[in-house]
Amino acid sequence: MFKDIGKLFLGNKKALFGLLLLTFFALVGIFAPFLAPYDPKNNRVETVTVLSEERDRSRTISREDLDESTEKRVYSQSVHTTYERITKKLPLKGKPSSEHLLGTTHSGQDIFSQLIWGTRVSLTVGLVTGLFTTLLSLCLALIAGYLGGLVDDIISLFTNVFLVIPSLPLMIVIAAYVSVRGVIPIILILGLTSWPWPTRVLRSQVVSLKNRDFIKVSKSLGEKPAYVVFREILPNMISLVMASFFSSTMAAIIGEATLEFIGLGNVSVVSWGTMLYWAQANGALLAGAWWWFLPPGICIALIGTSFALMNFAIDEISNPKLRKR
Amino acid sequence: MKYFLRKIGLLLFALLVAITLNFFIPRLMPGDPARELIDRMQGIPPESMESIRIAFGLDTKDALIVQYGKYLLNLLKGDLGISLSRFPTPVKDVLKIAIPWTLGLMGLATILSFFIGTILGIGAAWSRNKRWATLTVGTFIFIRSFPYFWLGLLFIYFFAFRMQVFPIGNAYSIYVQRGGWDFILSVLYHGFLPAATITVSSLGGWILTMRNNMINVLAEDYITVALAKGLPLRRIKNLYAAKNAILPSITSFAMSLGFVVGGGLLTEMVFAYPGVGLMLWQAVQAKDYAMMQAIFLFISIAVLIANFIADIAILLLDPRVRDGGR
Repeated sequence: MFKDIGKLFLGNKKALFGLLLLTFFALVGIFAPFLAPYDPKNNRVETVTVLSEERDRSRTISREDLDESTEKRVYSQSVHTTYERITKKLPLKGKPSSEHLLGTTHSGQDIFSQLIWGTRVSLTVGLVTGLFTTLLSLCLALIAGYLGGLVDDIISLFTNVFLVIPSLPLMIVIAAYVSVRGVIPIILILGLTSWPWPTRVLRSQVVSLKNRDFIKVSKSLGEKPAYVVFREILPNMISLVMASFFSSTMAAIIGEATLEFIGLGNVSVVSWGTMLYWAQANGALLAGAWWWFLPPGICIALIGTSFALMNFAIDEISNPKLRKR
Repeated sequence: MKYFLRKIGLLLFALLVAITLNFFIPRLMPGDPARELIDRMQGIPPESMESIRIAFGLDTKDALIVQYGKYLLNLLKGDLGISLSRFPTPVKDVLKIAIPWTLGLMGLATILSFFIGTILGIGAAWSRNKRWATLTVGTFIFIRSFPYFWLGLLFIYFFAFRMQVFPIGNAYSIYVQRGGWDFILSVLYHGFLPAATITVSSLGGWILTMRNNMINVLAEDYITVALAKGLPLRRIKNLYAAKNAILPSITSFAMSLGFVVGGGLLTEMVFAYPGVGLMLWQAVQAKDYAMMQAIFLFISIAVLIANFIADIAILLLDPRVRDGGR
């Protein structure tokens, strides 16, 4: 089963391209420490050292019998000149240059490095959330679809209900109440608000498989439910499970970026979402700093496209009507 | 009719769930939002603390079930609490100003994108071997992967900042008198870019849904027969195929409405469009919980009503449902 899908997957141009894109981002995320030319959080590396040097010098001056007020004046003066030097070195609009491929933020952080480190965070959050959502909905779908009856009615009812309750405002309200800002709350919030759609899709597949003859046969042969579910039903819906994993991951990456953009994430973590948050908070748009807000969005779109292409291919593989030319 | 009653029952139940969620979220979360709210309102004598708690509906001395009853009663009376960021304006009054903007912007953009997307989807399925079809579908798959707010930023950057053809934000020019033609023109001018953002972002979904439905229908035997009979292609495309493919599209229209509305909220935030989305953003920044919750409720109700309308449409359009078959 897996082998067949693998073969079809690699034979499908769309799937192959999607897979290559995803692999590329995954590699970037894994090797972020080696690829990023600068520390993404460290703004003005030189600045800090320069500042402390200046401070030391002003201290030495103060030791040479100067009263306190003069010391203060000298200190503030030296700080002032240092800042002037820094702003000359790192202009407020850090345009892309050979030194900083994608320019810098207003405080001098290298955007290219942020993008690379952001890949790691955003992709991890996306994949973990996607896995969490898919497992959750698969469990619900298998329980509801296989057991049927009252259990199915209850699970289906809540699935349909949560399907019509708009999830983004719900996410925002929950995230606003959670006082802990970070990656883990975001994963939980995204996972707990996005299970209905995959549950619905997977459940209907379980129900249709359950009524096929081969399942009926193995049931009447007295196979244990666990065997029927995991060895007979599950292998036959792998492609659908994969499809929902891809769409959940894609939704999670966009969802994470959205929550962080609104300011509901941990803004000190470097991810694509927080990059957009800082860009917006510092008015990058109206400063014309396109290098700040364009790259994270393009990355999100590329990842999204890669998942969409793979899903497209799965659709084509499992639905021959779409494939027929 | 049975189908219809079941749908209404489901929507009413969904409403109850949304209301109940709204009640329990603050109470299940760690920490005491009441404390936090009061702490942030500095300079308040401790004696008035109790009355503030009551005013914000944070009176936690009652049993949970009593609180829930009071909450439901207040909702029935239309009392949504007091906005913290616009103290002491009731949330209801703040919402009243924002709702028309959101309904106008999102309603128009969603309907527009549904129609354009459906038409494009029909075309893309009909001539799916042509280059333009593949290209259109591909382009919109790519665009669909953009976060809404980012597409908004992109539009602002290019059309409002660079080319300066459209305003950067707000819903109307402050120099125009309210009412009158100038005002309407100003509203349309300001609404164009945000509406375009929502339309373009959600177009891909409709194109794909319609295209896939249509391709499925095109593989049916009656289409082959129609082709063999030599019926005009146009007739087959529109009356035989598209007419049947559009029904599932309407169902998914209702389903994905919540998603589109979410995207619309973000678009409003980016464009500083004075609708519910911007209110939500301001409420998040100011930790105005009453406001946030009221907005969540309003959006849920709006989406549920839209679902209800879609159900009626299906009831009217689908003979299987209409004649009580299934």
